[in-house]
Amino acid sequence: MRIECPFCGERDVSEFAYLGDAGYRRPPADSQGLAERFYEAVYLRENPAGPHQELWYHAAGCLSWLRVTRNTRTHEIIAVGLATQAPGS
Amino acid sequence: MSPNRLGEGEGAIRRERILSFTFDGKRYTGHPGDTLASALLAAGVRVVGRSFKYHRPRGILTAGSEEPNALVELRTGARREPNTRATVVELFDGLEALSQNRWPSLLVDFGAINSLLSPIFIAGFYYKTFMWPAAFWEKVYEPAIRRAAGLGRASLEADPDTYEKAHAFCDLLVVGGGPAGLAAALAAGRAGARVILCDEDFLLGGRLNGDRHEIDGKGGGHWARQIAEELASLPEVRVMTRITVFGAYDGNTFGALERVADHLPVPAAHQPRQRLWKIVARRTVLAAGALERPIVFGGNDRPGVMLASAVRTYVNRFRVTPGRRTAVFTTCDDGWKTVFDLLDARVDVPVVVDARREIPAALANEASRRGLRVMLGAQILDAHGAKGVGAIDVRDERGRTLRIAADALAVAGGWSPNAALSTHLGGRPQWSDAIHAHVPGDLPRGMIAVGGAAGDFSLAGALRAGAAAGLEAARAAGFEAPAQSPPRVDDEAVGCAPLWFVAGARGKAFVDPQHDVTIKDVAVATREGFQSAELLKRYTTLGMGTDQGKTSALNGHALVAALTGRAPSDLGTIASRPPYTPVAIGALAGMHRGAAFKPCRLTPSHRWAQSRGATFVDLGEWRRAKAFPLEGERDWKRTLVREVRGVRTGVGVCDVSTLGKIDVQGPDAGIFLDRVYANVMSSLPVGKARYGIMLREDGIVFDDGTVAHLAPGHFLLSTTSAHAVKVLQHLEHARQVLWPELDVQLASVTEQWAQFAVAGPRSRALLERLLRGAVDVSNAAFPYVACAEFQWQGRPARLFRISFSGELAYELAVPSTWGDATVRAIMTAGEDLGVVPYGMEALGTMRIEKGHLAGAELNGTTTAHDLGLGRMMSVQKDYIGRVLAGRPGLCAPDRPALIGVKPSRLDAKITAGAHFLRIGARPSLANDEGFVSSVTFSPTLGHWIGLGLLSGGPKRIGERVRAHDPLSGGDVEVEVEVVNPVFYDPDGKRLRD
Ligand SMILES: [Zn+2]
Repeated sequence: MRIECPFCGERDVSEFAYLGDAGYRRPPADSQGLAERFYEAVYLRENPAGPHQELWYHAAGCLSWLRVTRNTRTHEIIAVGLATQAPGS
Repeated sequence: MSPNRLGEGEGAIRRERILSFTFDGKRYTGHPGDTLASALLAAGVRVVGRSFKYHRPRGILTAGSEEPNALVELRTGARREPNTRATVVELFDGLEALSQNRWPSLLVDFGAINSLLSPIFIAGFYYKTFMWPAAFWEKVYEPAIRRAAGLGRASLEADPDTYEKAHAFCDLLVVGGGPAGLAAALAAGRAGARVILCDEDFLLGGRLNGDRHEIDGKGGGHWARQIAEELASLPEVRVMTRITVFGAYDGNTFGALERVADHLPVPAAHQPRQRLWKIVARRTVLAAGALERPIVFGGNDRPGVMLASAVRTYVNRFRVTPGRRTAVFTTCDDGWKTVFDLLDARVDVPVVVDARREIPAALANEASRRGLRVMLGAQILDAHGAKGVGAIDVRDERGRTLRIAADALAVAGGWSPNAALSTHLGGRPQWSDAIHAHVPGDLPRGMIAVGGAAGDFSLAGALRAGAAAGLEAARAAGFEAPAQSPPRVDDEAVGCAPLWFVAGARGKAFVDPQHDVTIKDVAVATREGFQSAELLKRYTTLGMGTDQGKTSALNGHALVAALTGRAPSDLGTIASRPPYTPVAIGALAGMHRGAAFKPCRLTPSHRWAQSRGATFVDLGEWRRAKAFPLEGERDWKRTLVREVRGVRTGVGVCDVSTLGKIDVQGPDAGIFLDRVYANVMSSLPVGKARYGIMLREDGIVFDDGTVAHLAPGHFLLSTTSAHAVKVLQHLEHARQVLWPELDVQLASVTEQWAQFAVAGPRSRALLERLLRGAVDVSNAAFPYVACAEFQWQGRPARLFRISFSGELAYELAVPSTWGDATVRAIMTAGEDLGVVPYGMEALGTMRIEKGHLAGAELNGTTTAHDLGLGRMMSVQKDYIGRVLAGRPGLCAPDRPALIGVKPSRLDAKITAGAHFLRIGARPSLANDEGFVSSVTFSPTLGHWIGLGLLSGGPKRIGERVRAHDPLSGGDVEVEVEVVNPVFYDPDGKRLRD
C-alpha cells in the first residue's frame, strides 16, 4: 500500500504504524456512565468491509497522525487527512 | 557431440564459442545463448529427471519457466540449489548439474517399483493409506516417503553470495518483453514517459525468438533487437532482462526478482547474485504472453513428448530438435507452425494428428503440397518407449488404432493467457468460449492486459494493443503522445478446438506430471466428491509444487467437468498467488542477515567502553556495556560484586543514554502531562524532577520514567529504553488526536543527549571536581530530585539528582558528540576517588536490590496497584487509563502483586520465570500463584534475591512459598520467603544525604 502523507507525499506503507478505527472518541470526564462509555470506546470499534476511516501514524516520517479512508476489501486508499482536523473536514 | 543440433542457420546461439558443462557427472558441450535444456537436448539427453511419486523417467516438456519436469540441482557445495528449471538455466562454462529424485542412478531407479504400487498412491493417499496405526506415521511412513519423494536437496552450508534490494518508480511498468510489451514500452518511451520493461528471459522478444515472423519485412527476432536498441537510447526507459515480476501488491506496487549473476559461475566481486525489486508504477501493461496447454493421453509423460511451441523454440532459437522423427498432435492451427518449422529444418514429421475434422484450407493445401501424412479427426491414445518415445498409437476418425514410429512428439492443446499477476489482488479471471481458456477479469486499477495475456494470440493484435496501451499510459502521465502507424505483419490463423484429454488410453495418462497426478486420480477425487478447483488441488495435489500447475490445472479442471457433465468454466479457477515463480529466501532477506539482521545502535561511550575491555549485550536495538571485567577476572560474579561494591561504597559511572528522552514545550505542557501521567505533573516546580507512571487507556501500566521541569513551559521526560518510540507515538496520539486544542509540542531528543549516571557516596565529590562550579552540587543547593540546565565548558549541560542504584547519585547530560569526552573526563576526575565503570549487570542488580521496576514487571499485564504504585494514581484529575483502571477485575485483592523473595536456605539460587506454589500444593494451573519476574545475586546481601508477582502481594510478606521451575533442569524447586521488594535502604536515606 501507498499512503499520501499531507506533509511528506506518497510513501510506502512500511513507514506507517496502524492504530485502527478513527471513530474513537474519548468520553469527557464529566459524562454519565463513564465506565461503560470507556469500555465501548476502547474495545468496541467499527470493522467494516469497505471504506473505513482509520488512524495511521507516520512513524518513519513526520510523526503525524493521519485520518486515512481505506477500503478494507481492496486496500484502496481513498482519502488522507491530518487527524488534528475534525473528521470529514 | 551434439547429435540433435541442427545445421548452420539463424537462431540466437553463438556457435563459434564452446561451453563445457556436466550433467550427472558426464561432460557435454553447448554454446552461449543455450539454456541447460537446449544443450541437453542437443546432446541427445532425453531423461533429465525422475518423477515425484512413481519415479518415472521424465524429459523436457517446455522451453520456459512453466517447466514441471526438468528440475535439477545446480552447482555444488554451498552454492548448490535444488529445483532449478533446466529450461531457464542459462548455460555457462563449467556448469555442474545433477538430476533429482533418482537412486541409485537416473536410468536405473529403485523407486520405479512405486509404479507397481500405484494403487496405494492414488488420489488422497496422504489421507487414506497412512492413517493407521498413528505411531507408524512418524516412524515409518514419513521417513520412507521423504526419501522416496523429494524435490531436490538444499545445501546445508551458509550461502556465500549476497542479495540486495532495490526500489524503482515509473509511469509505466511493462511485464513481458515480447511483441506486445516491446510495442507498449516503445510507444510510452517515445512520448517521454518513465518506463520499466521486465522480461524473465535473457533475450528480449518472447515468441518472436521461438517463432518465425516477419515484421515490416524483417525477421521477428531482428525487429525485437532493433526495438531493444531504440529503447536503450531513450533516457527515461529502463529495460531489464533476467527479471521476473513475481507479484502484484496493493498500491500499484510490484515485486520482481532480478537474477543478476545466476548466469555466471560465481558472481563478480561486489556483485549480488540476485536483486529483489520493489517497483511502484502508475500504470502496468501485462504483456506476459500465454502458456501452451498439453493434451493428456497415455504415456504423455514419456521423454520426447514436448509442447509444440517449445519444439519450435528449440528449433528456431536454439537450432536443436528433440527428435529426428517428430510427430505432431494438435487441436489448433498454431500446432501447424511446428509442423512446417520442423520440415523446413529438415526434420522428418511422420504424421500430423489433428483432432479436428476440418482445418483451414491454407493448412490443408500446404500439407498436401509437402506430401505430409495428415490424420484429421484422430487422436493419439498412447506413447510407448521405456526411456523415451519410440512409437505412438493413433486412433483414426473411424476408431481404428494404428502404431506409428516416432522418437519425439510435439503436442499443441491451445493457449491460455498467462495472467497470474491479474489475480494477485483478488481479481477473478473469466472464461472465454472463443479461446477455451480464462482471460483476465477485473484487473487491478491501472493494469491493462494485452496480446497473449489478454487472449489475443495474433501478432498483429499484440502489436496493436501493446502500442495503444503504451500511448494511453503516457497520456495518463501527462505526456503528449501522437499515435503511430503499427508495423506491417502477416495475418495468421489462430483457430482452436478444445481437446483436454483422450479417453481410452491404456497407459498412465498424466494430468500433472510434476506430482504424478493421473486421469485415474482425478476420476477418484471426482467420485469422492472433490469436484471444485480448490478441493481438487488439495486432495490430489494437482497444481501444487514449483510450477503451481501452469501446464496442468486447466486440463484437470476440464477433466472433472467432463466427468461430472459440466463445462470447464463451471469449476471456477484457483486464485493464483505470489510468487509467480519460486523466490529464494536469501533474496527476500537481502542484506538483512547475520550482523546486519537488524540495526545496532551504539551508545555515545561505546568506544571508551571498548577501550576498557567491556563485554556487551544487545538490548532491543541498543548494544550496551554489560560489565567491565578487569584483567584476569574470569568469573562474571566477581566482576559484578566488584562493580556493585564500588558504587555502594565509592562512586561509579554508567552510560544511561539509551533511556528515551522526550522534550515537551508549550504553555499547555503541564496540562498535557497531567493527562498522560497517572500522577500530577503540573505542580512540579521549575528545577525539580518527579518519577511518573503512564497508563494505557485500558488501565494497564504502559511505562515509567522521570519528568524534569527545566524551565517554565519546558519539560523533559525520560522513558524506558525499550518503550522510547512507543511512548512518543502514544504522546503524539494524545496531542494530535485526543487534545489538538492544547498548545504543546513534542520532540524526541534521545539521540541528541549523552547521559551518564554518576552514583555512589563519593559522586558529589567527583562532580564538584568535574564541574568546577558550573553548577552548585551541594545538598542544600541541589537536593534529591533537583535538576538544572547550565553551561559547562561553553556547551549546554543538564544535571539531574535522581538515582536508580539507590545511592546518592546524579545523571549528567551533554550533547551526544561530547559523550565520549565527558565519560573520559568523569573517569579522570574520579581517578583518586576510585571511580568504577559499571555495566548493565551491576545496574540490573542494584535496581533489584532497590525494588525498582523494569520490563519484566512493566510487562503489559500489570496495573499500578499490582506494582505497589496505586497511591500514585491521582484522584484530582482525569488522565489516560483512569476510568478503566478502576474495573473490578483490575482491582481484585487476590491479583498477583509485587513482592520480594529470598531463598529460605541462603545458599540456594532462584530462577526467573519460576512459578509460585503454596507449600505442599501440586504444580498445576489451578494452584499457580504468580511468578518470579527478576532475579540477581545480591553482592550487598550475599545471597540470591528476586522480585515477583504473587497473588495477594505484600499482604503475604513473611510467608514461605515454593518457586517451581520445571524448565531449567537443575534448580527445579526452591523454598522462598516473601519479603519487602525494597531489599536495600528501604527508607531511602542514602539517596537524600
Ligand atoms: Zn509524513
